[in-house]
Amino acid sequence: MWSLIKVELYKIFSRPRTYIAFGAIAALIVVIHLGLKIDGDSYASFLMKDINDTLTVDGKVLNGYLICYILLQLLLVHVPLLVALIAADMISGEANLGTLRLLFTTPYSRTSWVFAKFIAASIYTILLLIWLAFLALFVSMWIFGTDDLFLMKSNYVVLIEQNDVLWRYVGAFVFASFSLLTVTSLGFLLSSLSNNSIGPIVGTMSAIVFFTILSTLNIPLFTIVKPYLFTTHMNNWKEFFDIQVNSNNEAIKGSILNIPKIKTSLVVLTLHIILFVSASIIIIKKKDILS
Amino acid sequence: MKNITSLLHASYILLFGLIFSVNVNAQTDPLIEKVAQKLALVNDYVAEGTMKTDVSFIKASLGKVKIYFKKPNLLKVKKEGGISLLPRGGVSLTINTLLNTKGYTAIPVGTQILNGKNVRVIKLIPNDDNLDWVISTLWIDPVEALVYKTATTTKESGSYEITMQYGAYAQQGLASKIIFSFNTKDYKLPNGITLEFGDDEPVSKQKALKNKKGTIEITYNKYTINKGIPNNIF
Repeated sequence: MWSLIKVELYKIFSRPRTYIAFGAIAALIVVIHLGLKIDGDSYASFLMKDINDTLTVDGKVLNGYLICYILLQLLLVHVPLLVALIAADMISGEANLGTLRLLFTTPYSRTSWVFAKFIAASIYTILLLIWLAFLALFVSMWIFGTDDLFLMKSNYVVLIEQNDVLWRYVGAFVFASFSLLTVTSLGFLLSSLSNNSIGPIVGTMSAIVFFTILSTLNIPLFTIVKPYLFTTHMNNWKEFFDIQVNSNNEAIKGSILNIPKIKTSLVVLTLHIILFVSASIIIIKKKDILS
Repeated sequence: MKNITSLLHASYILLFGLIFSVNVNAQTDPLIEKVAQKLALVNDYVAEGTMKTDVSFIKASLGKVKIYFKKPNLLKVKKEGGISLLPRGGVSLTINTLLNTKGYTAIPVGTQILNGKNVRVIKLIPNDDNLDWVISTLWIDPVEALVYKTATTTKESGSYEITMQYGAYAQQGLASKIIFSFNTKDYKLPNGITLEFGDDEPVSKQKALKNKKGTIEITYNKYTINKGIPNNIF
């Protein structure tokens, strides 16, 4: 199996398009870093307009931890689109080139090949996430320094002590890996249905956009289906940054407000991954290779 | 930290400093003079303590703070690493500075029972119309000559109350705990800014976070008094 994975990894990383995602993430983060470095104080003042009416905030609000959070909010919505570029091409790309027939004539089973392709695509996804984590977290910490995380949510503010932040990011990135692997598996499923790459790539992107819109609309009709949409759960990495308070309204260090929500989301995302990959295997096993 | 210092300075000047200023037209009260004499024993201090922020829309844990004071009205609050939140309009962490400048009219309005103590209530009205504060009420224990509560109305920053508790440093008029109460304004950021689409809190919960009073509590664990503080701290 490892030899098959290595073959697939070689294929992925020998394509120039693989590096588009790494480049796009780097470019976006550099631009945001530059903007915040030059004019971050204005941005922070704008965010804290309501707070400043009541309180004086002292300290380095715009630090590496907050910037990483801002970057993740912006990028974790779009990175799935970049993941789709590779994942949705894994099988359909070979079908289009006519090499899928050759693969399936090797002594390895179709299931082995599908698994190898999925694992290779997953490794690419994880590497992309590590790249994102490196730039968004560690480079931000290096450029902007660290302090408490002063998180301004829509209806309230969470102030997390700096020595209580890093493990939350580890949790958030692990959670994000499940989110992105769900997208990988969806792209993989659509890829198994097609003989060209464009359809699955566009299809995966469309599905993400479509379901994301459904997940974000607060229309009662859609609230029924929301819990079953993977896009609803993909954003729940943010739960790592909400904190419990005791009866005196003191934040409890090291706590997470809604652990069951995180667990539920992880289960839903895992089920989606299993479902999509299983469906891909079944489809490929039954597929007539005509290209 | 400069902002805090300037705010606190401003608050002292507004709330207490000018209240007790020497003015040919000022009417002083013997009890206030007694309080002032007690506080005059302290030239400077460094206090260590914990600060608790209790505002309905803020989740924050207790933080360790250091408070530096030096006559006549230098004051600085430093949180030991991290972001601190203080009420806009200033926190009067100590009333030592009230002796340093003067300019008020004191009106005794009787006695009250405050937390089981028989206290005298004195209203102070500034003589200078340009000052930010409009009126301040002090609840003073006439036996101990300690200020237990103040309630101040300002022109710009609303009304706020400061409640003080005393312990080991009562002889010097230094509080062991200060509770600063103030009105909070509503907090709301559009989802478009926070990117929190689709996870709105229920309306009932949002309402619960509004229209509440906020408090900042500082509990002093230790004072180091009259040991000298360099000016560059402030």
